[in-house]
Amino acid sequence: MGGNIDINKYDRLFLTKLLRDMLLIRRFEEKSAQMYGLQKIGGFCHLYIGQEAVATGSIAALDLTRDYVLTAYRDHGHALACGMNPNEIMAELFGRITGTSRGKGGSMHLFDAKKHMYGGNGIVGGHIPVASGVAFKIKYNKETGVVLCFFGDGAIHQGAFHESLNLAKIWNLPIIYICENNQYGMGTSFHRVSSVSDFSIMGSSYGIPGRQVDGMNVLEVYQEVKGVADLARSTGSPSFLEIKTYRYKGHSMSDPGKYRTKEELEAYRQQDPILIFKTALENTAILTEEEYVEMDKECKDISEAAARFAEESEEPASETLYQDILA
Amino acid sequence: MAVITYREALRQAIDEEMARDERVFLIGEEVAEYNGAYKVSQGLLDKYGAARVVDTPITEEGFTGLGIGAAMAGLRPIVEWMTFNFSLMAYDQVVNNAAKMRYMSGGQLSIPIVIRGPNGPAEYLGAQHSQALQSIYAHIPGLKVIAPATPYDAKGLLKTAIRDDNPVLFLEGEMMYAWKGEVPEEEYLIPLGQAEIKRKGKDITLVTYSKPLKLVQEAARELEAMGVDAEIVDLRSIRPLDEETVYNSVKKTNRCIVIDESWPFASVGSHVAWLISRNCFDLLDAPVELIASEDVPMPYNHKLELEAQPSIKKIVDAVKNALYL
Repeated sequence: MGGNIDINKYDRLFLTKLLRDMLLIRRFEEKSAQMYGLQKIGGFCHLYIGQEAVATGSIAALDLTRDYVLTAYRDHGHALACGMNPNEIMAELFGRITGTSRGKGGSMHLFDAKKHMYGGNGIVGGHIPVASGVAFKIKYNKETGVVLCFFGDGAIHQGAFHESLNLAKIWNLPIIYICENNQYGMGTSFHRVSSVSDFSIMGSSYGIPGRQVDGMNVLEVYQEVKGVADLARSTGSPSFLEIKTYRYKGHSMSDPGKYRTKEELEAYRQQDPILIFKTALENTAILTEEEYVEMDKECKDISEAAARFAEESEEPASETLYQDILA
Repeated sequence: MAVITYREALRQAIDEEMARDERVFLIGEEVAEYNGAYKVSQGLLDKYGAARVVDTPITEEGFTGLGIGAAMAGLRPIVEWMTFNFSLMAYDQVVNNAAKMRYMSGGQLSIPIVIRGPNGPAEYLGAQHSQALQSIYAHIPGLKVIAPATPYDAKGLLKTAIRDDNPVLFLEGEMMYAWKGEVPEEEYLIPLGQAEIKRKGKDITLVTYSKPLKLVQEAARELEAMGVDAEIVDLRSIRPLDEETVYNSVKKTNRCIVIDESWPFASVGSHVAWLISRNCFDLLDAPVELIASEDVPMPYNHKLELEAQPSIKKIVDAVKNALYL
């Protein structure tokens, strides 16, 4: 664990839940990959494997009765971290009527209005102004919530990002823009397409403070996000975080990942956020190996049950084609 | 009944709906301190304050997307585009977010947003500022597209649009803002999806909407002097479209001209003309004609500009053709 993280100031239940939440994402994503291979899931499927600490640590800092989450198409991890039902998420990936969007959305468009998970968006950067609007609502109504807006290194050069930060600053919107820099926008290393490599400074063009965060360290993510969320709650100020992470799989299921070296991938596998945190908990006697195995089995069972639920669910009826367009 | 301008009718609609529902707010370039680029929002900043009448930087994609997010989260924004020509910067937000969030979420979310502003040619403004862009919005399921041409219609339809829980594109016109008409003192609403017969007639149906209405009304007066009794159908609502009123008129007259100031290729007018041709085939005594703008970017020179657009002469000539006169 990093120098400024004191694991001992957190209670055991909180810590083990963080680990369990990351593990659930990992096992769920592995199950999704398997189901995709069996052609139960079609189209684009963007796995969150390797990035679990970012969604888990960030969303653990929120109170979803008053806070909101928006993200892009690599959204399965955020959906699970928001407490969405794994059965319903998998059913949505399978396109069944029991899915979170009644089969209308698919992998890139997971939503749960009640849990304030406002998607899930397939257009790179397209959700960033929308997230700013949710923060506008919070300010307009004088509420105390904050918005977490996640996007990747591929999105940070879209005009929508820049316009949004400017608006958030001039209107003092309670939003935290989180760039999950997994270092590749599809097949393109961010170094090749970025005029500056330290994204955390990009907020400064708009007077918005930014920090780089180690996205493989779930407690560091939690602390950083909690800090800027508290700031947003108390002062309404927007913040920007560049959370450095890595995806162990390709951009999507159809990407063999030829643009990365085996050595690089192996080096990052040594920094698996789940193994790092597991080790830290074992070292401080918060968790035993047996408890971990039990936790892992539970997560695998949940993922297996989700696949079974999805498989046994009905397809949407043809009449639903014209439903849910207009209110 | 009071006679007020189209501009004043819009202002009253916005004012009344902002007074009625605290969730309604107005956002756009120059809407607050400048009182509106076309003065539609005159006085609203003084009345409602800067939290509810919000001046934006010039960032259509940003503030339109922000409006969409605010609507998703429960507010009822009125986004003003200084003209629909600038809306192209925000087209992704409207098409990929506003029109689709409800569907992609399986009905969990709704987007109660009105996006309004002038659309279509004014005068002398050149190619980038003179486009009638209704077809690129009318094409998209998940949107509503409304185009009033009178103060009465403008007020009643805008109030309804603001109360509608869906994204509504509301098309005005720089040159219509000064048009005058009677508007009742009492509150009234006009439902979306209802066309109106603006002139009853029996010889030929003229289908139009938005700014060309006035031109069509003048053409009808000329035709009357020639002994031709034209019926004018003002669509008012493009999506949803009131097909029934249009077909009932064609059933009566057996001939139809559609007048639409946008370009002819894949326009609202060409689509409506096809619908009539297909659904009234056995009732028609002549082919349905479309009077559109010439298929050119709008020139600056004013003579050319007028030649590029629908005109009374083009309409009258088309009517004569349809009547085999």
